[in-house]
Amino acid sequence: MSNIIDRRLNSRGKSISNRQRFLKRVEDQIKKALPEIVNQESLHETSTGGTVKVPVRGVDEPTFVHDPETGIKNIVRPGNDRFSEGDRVPKPKGGQGKGGSGGPGSNSPETTEDGFVVVLSREEFLRFFFDDLELPNMVKKFMENVDSFENRRAGFIKYGNPSRLNVKSSYQQSLARRISLQGVYKKKLERLQTQLTASVDPVEMKGLQTEIEKVNRLVKAVPFFEDVDLRYNHFEAVPQPTTSAVMFCIMDVSASMGQHEKDIAKRFFTLLYIFLTRQYENVELVFIRHHTAAKEVDEEEFFNSRESGGTVVAPSLKLMNKIISERYSNGQWNIYGCQASDDDVWSDLMPMSAYRSCGTKYCPPCSTWPIWKSVTGRRTVHCGKLIIN
Amino acid sequence: MLSKEMYKQLFGNPTWDHHTLQAADEITTRVGKEHLNLSIYPNQIEIVTSEQMLDAYSLIGLPTSYPHWKFGKDFVLNQHNYTKGRSALSYEMVINSNPCISYNMENNTTCMMVLVMAHACQGHNAFFANNYMFKEWTSADSILDYMAFAREYILACEEEYGVEEVERVLDAAHALMNHGIDKYRKPAKLSAREEKERQKLRTSVRHENYNELWRTLPQAGVSSNSKPLPGKNFLEEPEENILYFLEKNSPTLPVWKREIIRIVRKVAQYFYPQGLTKVMNEGFASFVHYHIVNKMYEEGYVDDGFMLEFIHSHSSVLYQPDYSSKHFSGLNPYTLGFNIFMDIKRICQSPTEEDRYWFPNLAGRDWLEEVHNAMQNFRDDSFILQYLSPKVIRDMKLFVVIDEEDEDEYEIAAIHNERGYRKVREALSEQYRRTFYVPEIQVEKVDLHTTNTLHLTHQIVSDRKLIPKETQETLEHLRYLWEFPVRLSSKNRLGVNEEIFECS
Repeated sequence: MSNIIDRRLNSRGKSISNRQRFLKRVEDQIKKALPEIVNQESLHETSTGGTVKVPVRGVDEPTFVHDPETGIKNIVRPGNDRFSEGDRVPKPKGGQGKGGSGGPGSNSPETTEDGFVVVLSREEFLRFFFDDLELPNMVKKFMENVDSFENRRAGFIKYGNPSRLNVKSSYQQSLARRISLQGVYKKKLERLQTQLTASVDPVEMKGLQTEIEKVNRLVKAVPFFEDVDLRYNHFEAVPQPTTSAVMFCIMDVSASMGQHEKDIAKRFFTLLYIFLTRQYENVELVFIRHHTAAKEVDEEEFFNSRESGGTVVAPSLKLMNKIISERYSNGQWNIYGCQASDDDVWSDLMPMSAYRSCGTKYCPPCSTWPIWKSVTGRRTVHCGKLIIN
Repeated sequence: MLSKEMYKQLFGNPTWDHHTLQAADEITTRVGKEHLNLSIYPNQIEIVTSEQMLDAYSLIGLPTSYPHWKFGKDFVLNQHNYTKGRSALSYEMVINSNPCISYNMENNTTCMMVLVMAHACQGHNAFFANNYMFKEWTSADSILDYMAFAREYILACEEEYGVEEVERVLDAAHALMNHGIDKYRKPAKLSAREEKERQKLRTSVRHENYNELWRTLPQAGVSSNSKPLPGKNFLEEPEENILYFLEKNSPTLPVWKREIIRIVRKVAQYFYPQGLTKVMNEGFASFVHYHIVNKMYEEGYVDDGFMLEFIHSHSSVLYQPDYSSKHFSGLNPYTLGFNIFMDIKRICQSPTEEDRYWFPNLAGRDWLEEVHNAMQNFRDDSFILQYLSPKVIRDMKLFVVIDEEDEDEYEIAAIHNERGYRKVREALSEQYRRTFYVPEIQVEKVDLHTTNTLHLTHQIVSDRKLIPKETQETLEHLRYLWEFPVRLSSKNRLGVNEEIFECS
């Protein structure tokens, strides 16, 4: 006799620990793959797409296998509808075509999978991105902060500033309280009145009348307004994206900036750009590269071309200043300037004084990552400098 | 026992309960035994949800296994495909154990349940219990115990040596799993208890024999000449079971890693017959469910509606798209196996002239006996070579394509005609041989004098090379277990090295 067992009520998630092991492995791999992705994608791409595809290596299980492209294979296929012995059929171009893989069957365990790809949402990607950079928490927090807020109405609260008292809803509260508290007495009054009219005994009538007066006093004693009635308008601070920002990427392309330094610079710019696109709807990019002279270029040229020469920062900041006054001077733009250099400045003009020439004020630089920030009117200007050693 | 009408009513209701399943089990077992003469392991039928089925998928049906991320990966992939509607889950899954455990999906209709029970609990079960590959290469009685033991052992290792290190060993052993099989020497039967005792013994012998004093004894009597030269002695013949070789001969591998290799090796051995009997196993199970359900219909246990649903499911399982169809993804093992078994029956019952010429030993014999004989004593390649008849080749319109690497065209080598039958049969049989998809790689020698380099040889068959990148990665795993340089040379028929992979 067979044993029939209903397993459906068994606890779920038998393979949870295996799945967690797998996910941890994937996470580790994503972290490893991250630098490559950042290098591959252009600045725009990293932040425009909703998702990031990360090819994950290290979760495939290699074995010794035949290369399907090689060798002579005799393959048996079903459903011959047109061939005779000795026919020759051109191979389909591209891909393996019908005869390529020669898998033993539809249920074959040998079916190969394409590379394993994980799709990350923007937030997940940024989490990995920040993790990987090992930013101090303070800087992360700064990156995630939004600096402008707008107050929006968000209902009523019981405590608040008298100037925000909402008369209408306070009155509604008071009315409700009065109706509910006085109701008891009013019912009692009604009952006493009917007793009074029905009563003939003068002593009883006297007693009833004093009772009625007492209850009437109680009714009047219910106050018109009490503290519990008061309602105040409530406002909530909603982060307000300032819609436009312009980001100046300034990079030193002097001879001492090798490919490695440029990669670091690119990651730095990418990080800032991603951050900006989270804050602003519209972010424009201006690329300026400089050695002893500064020049505005497009992204392609910015990262890929090589120049040689010494390093003077000042001309690029002057150029930045010029571009600001020409194109971004109407106060609608938040301006972010960041400069990446290996700090081989051999000019008299030190970078600090060079920044000053932009006409901004500076906060003292934060110790781990120099960031200058100033607010002039509605417009914020941030300047940062990355020193690659 | 109920009346036939009661059965009919039970099976006619598309929703089932415990009674329905009991009735189905009772009838299919009886029909299988009386009509098809099946001998089976006792059945353990488990009703599972889709999530539990996915669990079963990732552990290839085993109720328990040691923890490893690979199983989690399989779960995630299957679940993704399932929830996206890309692939359906199978109606059942069955494993080769005693008692024979089968998982049936909860959302099967009554008809599917009956079909599945006839297919898995009778068909597959009888195949596991009687086919020589399963009988002699696996031990159905003890696999469940053994897996529990393996899990316990590996968890203990994780506790002691850390998850990462254990994972590393498992990764490496898994990479060589296909090369951890005894094909000729029949493996000893598994036993969790013996396995534990063997382990204990191994450590205690080492403990007992360790004595600080012995080390200090002068080695006077032993001259360097009298020492056997290990390079010659210790590998007299090439070894194709790489995992076995590593377990026994890896120079400095700690004992616990050897034990893990052993576990992986035993699991690989357990699954070895599955891959070699896919066509036969599915074919025979389909043959069995087809006969049992038809018999039930003849005897009046099920009604016409049930049969219509059955025929629909049966034919979708056996659907074989043509090579040019967009649904085509290789030969359907169910179809091929079922067709061959049905044809054995036909040849026995009503042989034609052709059959008498091709199968003189089958024509006119008792069909059930012949089907049993085929089921018990063959595996896919030999089964096809022995029983693929011209009629099946014609019905399925099989043809052989030659795909040569350097040619721009395929050549049609044979089709379903008088001249082609044998060629088709041979080519198809070849396709189901293990060497078709597992390269022949052997441990050739070890250079014990200087570098401890392990030399492996890949025998190139019909010019098929290894994928370089994957080979290199696998070699790194091998390197990890050997702990010294490894070197794999691909040799062609003339013994000339065509490619050399190295990992030092």
